[in-house]
Amino acid sequence: MRHIISILIENEAGALSRVVGLFSARAYNIESLTVAPTEDESLSRITIVAIGTDQIIEQITKQLNKLIDVVKLLDLSDGPHIEREMVLIKVKAATMAQRGDIKRLSDIFRGHIIDVTTSNYTIELTGSGRKVDSFIEALAEHKILETVRSGVSGIARGDKILHV
Amino acid sequence: MELSGGEILIRSLKDEGVEFLFGYPGGAVLHIYDAIYRQDDVKHILVRHEQAATHAADGYARATGKPGVVLVTSGPGATNAVTGIATAYMDSIPMVVITGQVPTAVIGSDAFQEVDAVGITRPCVKHNFLVKDVNKIAETMKKAFYVATTGRPGPVVVDIPKDITDPAIKVPYNYPDKITMRSYQPTVKGHSGQIKRAVEMLLNAKKPMIYSGGGVVLGNASEELRSFVRNLGYPITTTLMGLGSYPASDELFMGMLGMHGTYESNMAMHACDVLIAIGARFDDRVTGKIAEFCPDAQIIHIDIDPSSISKTIMVDIPIVGDVATVLQEMNHIITTGNKQTKKKDIDAWWKVINGWRAKKCMSYDKNSDKIKPQAAVEIVHEITKGDAYVTSDVGQHQMWAAQYYGFEKPNRWINSGGLGTMGFGLPAAMGVQLAFPDETVVCITGEGSIQMCIQELSTCLQYGLPIKIIALNNRYLGMVRQWQEFFYKERYSHSYMESLPDFVKLAEAYGHVGIRIEDPADLRSGLEKAFALKDRLVFVDIVTDQMENVYPMIAHGKAHNEMHLSPHCDLPQDPERELS
Repeated sequence: MRHIISILIENEAGALSRVVGLFSARAYNIESLTVAPTEDESLSRITIVAIGTDQIIEQITKQLNKLIDVVKLLDLSDGPHIEREMVLIKVKAATMAQRGDIKRLSDIFRGHIIDVTTSNYTIELTGSGRKVDSFIEALAEHKILETVRSGVSGIARGDKILHV
Repeated sequence: MELSGGEILIRSLKDEGVEFLFGYPGGAVLHIYDAIYRQDDVKHILVRHEQAATHAADGYARATGKPGVVLVTSGPGATNAVTGIATAYMDSIPMVVITGQVPTAVIGSDAFQEVDAVGITRPCVKHNFLVKDVNKIAETMKKAFYVATTGRPGPVVVDIPKDITDPAIKVPYNYPDKITMRSYQPTVKGHSGQIKRAVEMLLNAKKPMIYSGGGVVLGNASEELRSFVRNLGYPITTTLMGLGSYPASDELFMGMLGMHGTYESNMAMHACDVLIAIGARFDDRVTGKIAEFCPDAQIIHIDIDPSSISKTIMVDIPIVGDVATVLQEMNHIITTGNKQTKKKDIDAWWKVINGWRAKKCMSYDKNSDKIKPQAAVEIVHEITKGDAYVTSDVGQHQMWAAQYYGFEKPNRWINSGGLGTMGFGLPAAMGVQLAFPDETVVCITGEGSIQMCIQELSTCLQYGLPIKIIALNNRYLGMVRQWQEFFYKERYSHSYMESLPDFVKLAEAYGHVGIRIEDPADLRSGLEKAFALKDRLVFVDIVTDQMENVYPMIAHGKAHNEMHLSPHCDLPQDPERELS
């Protein structure tokens, strides 16, 4: 199953490599990883999307918790949560037909065309990982020149917070 | 008080109560070595190879329970130390390893003797630090010792660039008394509800089995374990790492379990209905085939490391906590509660077990005209009255030492169980002998392993360490040969040790005493002679039966009830038949 694991980690040199190293050393599958500082500059927040059986996910969370730099951890998939990912896609849009179709698709998915040349469009779109997948599939008839996905960020719904 | 970085480092070792610093100098640690020169509190032990520094510190830690401390230079100093760091990591041994680093300004420029020590050691340390500010050295050292010695112990590396120890830069020194880390707070006390449930399950057991491991030794919980086992009257087996946590001579002790465990231990594991694992981690050498591990048992697991629980074997009652604390609580419930064990069922269970025991799985040929390695270990046990500190290397001799020495006390059996590091035994024995100068320290080794750190004979002379090296010399990499005999149709590919040195002359060349024993009739007298030389290191080169195998043996991936057994035990070769 796909799990979104949120981690608060000490914002120290090498902390990220401990997390990444753990996944490669123990042969865990990692689908995406995002990392950035939080409002508390001593902490970074990492969001990892990992796929595995319940037993593997349990081991992943235990092993992550064991890292000395990890302060707190939450498996968002255990409760209601919101996930968002941003994608930037550059698509070939040279003919009027292409330009019209891509604009329509982008509108349907609530994307924005943020850069235009005579031969291509660059679209920005935000949503769950699945929505991003669907949009890329919807563009199948067009020539995608470049795709940049941010990786998933997530937050629990309601009053539940991951905070020190 | 204002001190330089190098002085702060050594002063913090003193304030931490460190007796010995095992190390080897080099460019990046010259400032630190200068600080060592100008003090007498921390004794530096100069090894001959950095790997030996880490093993010696490791042996010291295993025997004393105190953290071992190492100092090596950057680059090759750090990489040579990695084997020893990984060895300690696999067996959860508390160590603090200080590695020199090139000056901060040139880090990342491929400077002379530069390696990314933090990066290289990351997968084999509990934690590591790169110190970039002289004002942070004391605090970092405090954290390093705290992390290394608490929770599930392990090695911690502190990487210090040369400019941080510059004698010209002096800063105020304050060694913190206490440290708290928001990201590291190990659990000590087990969950009371879980403990009650576990005791209930144990008291209801008809065919119980206690399986204890290195965590009992590391957690200083042998007393609690002894009370626990005797309160219940249940059979106990230990892992390789747990030997000595329960006295080998006690009637409730079943011997070691696993790949080279006793017949009775492995059969009882296979047949038990309740298993309690105490400070053990279900290593593959213990479990054998996972799918057939303790097929009928409900499992209780006490461990300080949550990630050890349900890692390979799913357990029914997990208890995260310090083994001693949890066992105390269990003992209290057992002795003060009014519930008893199922006496009749337990008696019947012991009958079955005693039937397995009667097969005498540890028998070997006592009438051979060749020296049997098992006999050598048994005689060493007799001469040292079972009270020596015994280190070993890795291979057949290690298993024979584990099987035939009979450890009565914890912290006496010192070997590389997890990583299986050849070359561990001699340097580890140095650490033990330094910690206990008046005790008998024996290194049981083979002619293969001993050559991996043989240079330390020189260190032993320098510090007057009267270690007794017992080399079971079968002119083969014995365990490799045994596997080749069993699983590769006797194709002995590169397992024969040719061009062996004359170990007697070699020992003499290093300034020690060498004794060779070739005839079984001379075995006892030769060993007695060696142990009588109390103040000298004696290298006893025992020429043993080349083709002797370690029995019992569970082949890799087989279940506990599928053992190869010695042709000398009173047992049919098909253990399956015994079960029905």
